[in-house]
Amino acid sequence: MRAEAATPQTASSAAPGPGRHWRAALGRWETLLVGLLVVTAIAGQAISPEFLTADSFTTGSLDLSEIALMALPLAMVIIAAEIDLSVASVLALSSALMGYLWNHGQPVETIIPICIVVGALCGASNGLLVTRFGLPSLAVTIGTLALFRGLAFVVIGDESVTDFPTTWTDRAFGNFAGTFIPNSIVLFALLAVAFAVALHATRFGRSIYAIGANEEAAYFSGLRVKRIKLILFTLSGAVAALAGVVISLRNSTAAANVGQGFELTVVTAVLLGGISIFGGRGTIAGVILALFLLGGIQKALLLSESISSYWVQIVTGALLVGSVLGPNVASRVADARRRRSHPLLEEGP
Amino acid sequence: MKSARPHTLRVFLVALALFAALAFAACGDTKDDEEASDNGSTAAQEGTADPKAEIKKGIKTVSIPKQLGNPYEEFEHSGVDEALEELGGSNRISGPTDAGASTQIPIINAAVQQDVDAIIIAGNDPDAVAPALKQAAQRGVKVVGMDSDVAPDARSVFVNQVTTQLVGENQVESIGKQIDYKGEIAILSATANATNQNAWIDVMKQTLKKPKYKDMKLVKTAYGDDDDQKSFQETQGLIQAYPNLKGIISPTTVGVAAAARYLSTSPQKGKIKLTGLGFPNQMRKFVKDGTVDEFQLWVPKDVGYLAGQAAAALVSGRITGKEGEKFEAGRLGEYTIGANGEIVLGPLTTFDADNIDDFDF
Repeated sequence: MRAEAATPQTASSAAPGPGRHWRAALGRWETLLVGLLVVTAIAGQAISPEFLTADSFTTGSLDLSEIALMALPLAMVIIAAEIDLSVASVLALSSALMGYLWNHGQPVETIIPICIVVGALCGASNGLLVTRFGLPSLAVTIGTLALFRGLAFVVIGDESVTDFPTTWTDRAFGNFAGTFIPNSIVLFALLAVAFAVALHATRFGRSIYAIGANEEAAYFSGLRVKRIKLILFTLSGAVAALAGVVISLRNSTAAANVGQGFELTVVTAVLLGGISIFGGRGTIAGVILALFLLGGIQKALLLSESISSYWVQIVTGALLVGSVLGPNVASRVADARRRRSHPLLEEGP
Repeated sequence: MKSARPHTLRVFLVALALFAALAFAACGDTKDDEEASDNGSTAAQEGTADPKAEIKKGIKTVSIPKQLGNPYEEFEHSGVDEALEELGGSNRISGPTDAGASTQIPIINAAVQQDVDAIIIAGNDPDAVAPALKQAAQRGVKVVGMDSDVAPDARSVFVNQVTTQLVGENQVESIGKQIDYKGEIAILSATANATNQNAWIDVMKQTLKKPKYKDMKLVKTAYGDDDDQKSFQETQGLIQAYPNLKGIISPTTVGVAAAARYLSTSPQKGKIKLTGLGFPNQMRKFVKDGTVDEFQLWVPKDVGYLAGQAAAALVSGRITGKEGEKFEAGRLGEYTIGANGEIVLGPLTTFDADNIDDFDF
C-alpha cells in the first residue's frame, strides 16, 4: 500500500498532498518566524552593538546546542501527536553514566556508544509504555522525567566528574576548523539534514504525518502505527543521550543535575517552529528557524545590561503559550471566514 | 513491501548511532593517561604587579551569584557593588535562575561580549565554568572567584570568607572567654558526615589542646542534622545528660538558632553559654533577651566588598594574583594574597548586643 493514501486531511487544512502542505506551511508560519527573526535582530542590535557578531553566534549557539539536538526527534514525536517530556532527564542520565564510566576507567570512545544505547533504551521504554499499554505519552513521560533524573542521581550522586581529557572537551567546546561555528552546531546541522530528509522525503516521514493527523485512519490504511511510534520514542531517547554526552564534554562536567528545565525549552523550540501540538503538521525548517529565534532572544536578553535572567524564563514561557495559541486563533479566524462565505458548511460535523 | 520500511529505518538508526560515535572522531584517552592533557593555560597571571598603579577610572564588572533570589547571596554581591561604587566604577549583578552546573556559562560569555573589565563569580561548579572563564581571561577580562571557588587555573584570585582553621579557633575562643576558660562544653553540629562541620570540629579539638584551654573539656558532639526540631531536642538532651555543662558551640545557623530557642525558655537561660555560627536576623531576639552573649559569622557583604576591591586591584595592575602580593582593600585594610591565589577575608566577625543592630542579614 502506498503511504500517500494516508496523507493528512485535517479539518482545517485543504492541502491535498504532503508536498503542497509543506509549501503552504512555509508560506505561513515559517514566514512569520523569519519576520520575528528580523525584528529580534533589530531589537537585539538596539540593545547592544555586540548582538550581531560572530561572537554572539558562537556563544549563543553553543548554549543552545543540546536543546537543538533534542528538538529534532521531538519534532517527529509531536508530529505523530505524542510528546516526550523526559528528554532532559535522559540527557542527565547519560551525563551521569558518562561520569560513572569514566571514573571506572573506560575510554571516551567506548562511553559514547554505551550512553547512546542506554538513552535509546530509555526512549524505548517510554515508547513501549505508550504503544503496548496504550498510556498517554504526557503521563508516561512526566513519570519517566522524574524516574530518569532520579536514576541519574543514583548512578553518580551529588558528585560531578570533571577530568575528561581535554582533546575531547576541546572537541565539544571548540569551533569547527577555524570558523566561528561550534563543533556541536556542526553536529546538529548534520543531524538536522538527516532528520529533514527522513521526515520530508521518505515514506517513514509521511507515515508520521499520517499518524499525527488521524491515527485510526493511518492504522486502517495499514501503517504500523505502534512500531513507528516506538521508533520515534527510541530515537528521541538516543539523541537526548547524545546531547548528554555533548553537554558533559562541552562543560567538562558530568553531573546528575545538568539540563534542569531543558524539556520546557525543547518543547518551546518545537512548537514555536510551527509543529502542531495536535500532531500532523510542521517542518524541520520551522524548528531550525525557531531555534535561531529562541537563541537570538536569549542572547539579546543576556546582553542587555538591565534585564534580569528571570526574563529568559518569562519569554520562553510566553513563546510556548503564544506558539500554541497563535495557530489556534488563526484557524478559528479562517473557519469563521469560511463559514461566512459558505454558510452550507455549517451543517458539517 | 511492508518489510522494506522498517528495514530502511533500521539502517537509518544504525547509521545515526555510528555517526554519533564518529562525529567526534576517535582518540584513545582514558582516565589513566591524562597527565599529558593538562597543559594548564594560566592566562591569568601575566606581567608584574605595580602596587603604586592608579586605580583605573570607570571599571566595569559583572558579579555572578550561584543563583538569583537567594538573600544571603544578594547581600554578598551587594558588597561588590559597594566596592566598585567607592572606586568610581560600576558593578552589575547577573545570575542564573537555577544553580545547575552550566547555567552560569551564558552569563560569563555575555559579560565578555559586553567588554567588562572583571568578572566576580561564586561558582556553581568549579570546572563547568572553567573553559568560559579561561576564554574570558584570554580576552583580558580579570576573573575573581569568591565564596565557592572555581578551578584555580580559571581565575586570578579567590576570596575566601574564612578558613577552616579560623572557624575552629575563633569558635573555641568565643565560648572560652564566656566561661572563663573552665568547665564542660559540648558541640551541636549538623549531620555526622557534613564535611565542613567535621573539619571545623577537628580544629576545635586541636585548639582545645592548647594550654590556654586546658581546663575546658569537650564532653559530647551531638548532631541536630540541620533540622530545627532535632537540634532543639538534642540541646535538651545535652543539658539533661551533662548537669555541669557550661557552654555549647553550634557551628551551624540552624543549630545555633534552635539551641538559643531552647535555652531562652529554660531555667539555664544565661547560665549555659551558647555560641556558634548564626545569622544576626535569626539571633537578634536571643541576644536582646540575654540568652546569648555573642555568636559569630563572616559578614557576607564584606566577602563581596573584598572581591570587588581585589577585582579593581587586578584590573589596575596593582596585583596579578601571585602569592605574597599586597593590596589595599578600602575600609577592610591591607590584604596579602596567599597560596593558590587565595585571599582570606579574616577571622569571624563577633556579633553581640553592641553591634548586632548594624547588621541586617
